[in-house]
Amino acid sequence: MPEPILTIRDLTVEFDTEDGVVHAVTGVGYDLHPGEVLGVVGESGCGKSVSMLSVLGLIPMPPGRIVSGEAVFRGEDLLKLPDSRLRKIRGGPMAMIFQDPLTSLNPVLTIGDQISEAIEVHHPDSSDAAARKRTVELLQLVGVPSAEQRSHQYPHEFSGGMRQRAMIAMAIANDPSVLVADEPTTALDVTIQAQIIEVLKAAQRETQAAIVLITHDLGLIAELADRVVVMYAGKVVEIGDVFAIFDSPRHPYTAGLLRSLARLDADVDRLEPIAGQPPSLITPPPGCAFHPRCALSQGRATCRTGVPELRALGPEGGHRSACHFAEELTAAGQPVGGPS
Amino acid sequence: MSDDRSSAARDLTARASAAESGSQDVSLAYESGVEVKARSQWAYVRMRFLRHRLAVASLVVLVLIGLVGVFAPQLAPYGYDEQNLDLGIQSPTLEGWHLFGTDQLGRDYLSRVMYGIRTSLWVAFFVAFLSTAIGTTVGALAGYYGGHVDNVLMRLTDLMLTLPGLAVLLTASVFLGSGDPLKIGLILAFLFWTAVARIVRGLFLSLREREFVEAAKAAGASDLRIIVRHMLPNCLGPIIVNTTLVVAAAILVEAALSFLGFGIQPPNAALGKLISDGQGEGFGLWWLVTFPGLLIVLIALCVNFVGDGLRDAFDPTQRRVRA
Repeated sequence: MPEPILTIRDLTVEFDTEDGVVHAVTGVGYDLHPGEVLGVVGESGCGKSVSMLSVLGLIPMPPGRIVSGEAVFRGEDLLKLPDSRLRKIRGGPMAMIFQDPLTSLNPVLTIGDQISEAIEVHHPDSSDAAARKRTVELLQLVGVPSAEQRSHQYPHEFSGGMRQRAMIAMAIANDPSVLVADEPTTALDVTIQAQIIEVLKAAQRETQAAIVLITHDLGLIAELADRVVVMYAGKVVEIGDVFAIFDSPRHPYTAGLLRSLARLDADVDRLEPIAGQPPSLITPPPGCAFHPRCALSQGRATCRTGVPELRALGPEGGHRSACHFAEELTAAGQPVGGPS
Repeated sequence: MSDDRSSAARDLTARASAAESGSQDVSLAYESGVEVKARSQWAYVRMRFLRHRLAVASLVVLVLIGLVGVFAPQLAPYGYDEQNLDLGIQSPTLEGWHLFGTDQLGRDYLSRVMYGIRTSLWVAFFVAFLSTAIGTTVGALAGYYGGHVDNVLMRLTDLMLTLPGLAVLLTASVFLGSGDPLKIGLILAFLFWTAVARIVRGLFLSLREREFVEAAKAAGASDLRIIVRHMLPNCLGPIIVNTTLVVAAAILVEAALSFLGFGIQPPNAALGKLISDGQGEGFGLWWLVTFPGLLIVLIALCVNFVGDGLRDAFDPTQRRVRA
């Protein structure tokens, strides 16, 4: 396996609020390998976006606070870099695609101006004409028709799908080696989602970038991701190859997510939601954060007291789970002998 | 590789236009070769402003008055301090083109009013420009950085607002020495920047939370670039409207200062000063007070109407203009 391009270790991020300290991200760690698509899934508020935003220095501080951890990118710990240095990385070698393309584009600047700006920020000596030319090329690449004319239009003159294409063009403007896509299709309707997935694939072919795909859409993960990180209550609960995760989840939360999903390849009468509510991140449950909702933990003291470590399953160590009883899940993700 | 790439791009373009042509008028128009005009925000603003007849009329009047001021040396029939004791105290007459009459020293009041417009407008625009620059900077920094920066700058602004304006003006003009339009302008600008600072701060506080600002940060833009290129253009409407109001206010305050004898000093002519000169002569010489007074009212009124028109034009909820 090649050297990871981005290594996150023991990342802990907290937010001070009026109700107390929110433990948004606790001890998160994962590797990103060059050219791969890493899916990060989890419920709203599980810390999947916050972990990447804090790596890029984009969380507001205060109230946010990075308590510990490191994020090594090209030999540098991003969390310790001064902002001036981090700015050169943001939008250059590490770029970001946001969720809502309408609010993420400046309403008073033309699309072309905004993409050219992304180029000029990182290449101060490039000429306007060169930036313009590159802008049109980028718009063509992401499939905006009549790119030349449309680059002179304003965001309100673009449809939702076209705006998201423009956002992707902006993100790949400087040939990033890491592309963070934060819910890139959530704000779009289903047919446009499918187009944007194609654009993302094309963007990856073009830049050879590794993509961190943050989403709660398991379908999108199945479509695009090579490996998957599953997060729950600010922690990584399972990491593995996309096939391993979908075929034999080794954490009851992952298994529950998959059972709540309509699938074409399985004959299921009823979809099962995961019972209960996501835990409070101000006072997380003791032990394993998932235990109040977990079928495996019924009556087991270990789950209530012991915080499970993320541990490797199997000899090659690619599939890891943070469950005390990961071995009790069958290949289909059903607990052995437990309630269905 | 490059072949592969461009074919992928073509493929996507084709698919996108196929998907859009069904529902989107824009691409339909493109395909049929009809020119679709990209209408910028400014085009909409201009269109809405032009519908506001009173504002357009006011702007025309204001431009005419402004031209008279700018070209006063060329237009005025006499010099502003040219005396002719033989022709003292004449009521408005066509004879010798003393349309606004003359004063005791035989100075032509039409010429003096023209030069007065020149001085008063210069001071007003100088004040508007400088106070807007100061206020925008203060408000932008306070709103963007928040926290301690915001606290310090806004308490300073509050302090300025609590100062009794006229008393400060009078004191300052005594200490700095009055009479020079530049000094009067500096003093007025020093007092007038607070309103725009508060407006800009408020706008920045809400703009700061907008996602396109975060997106700009994620694209590697510096604080300065975000403030100047991404946030300020979103505040231009309110800033411009406020600037017009400052122009009107500055004209009135400068007139008041001159009237009290603390503003522009003779032989320079300013509209307020002309009124105070004429006022000493009582109602007999009514023309000495009336014409400069009317012009002050006319200018202030026109500026306010233009400001009104601009405010409506910048209001995005008034998007009644057909494309």
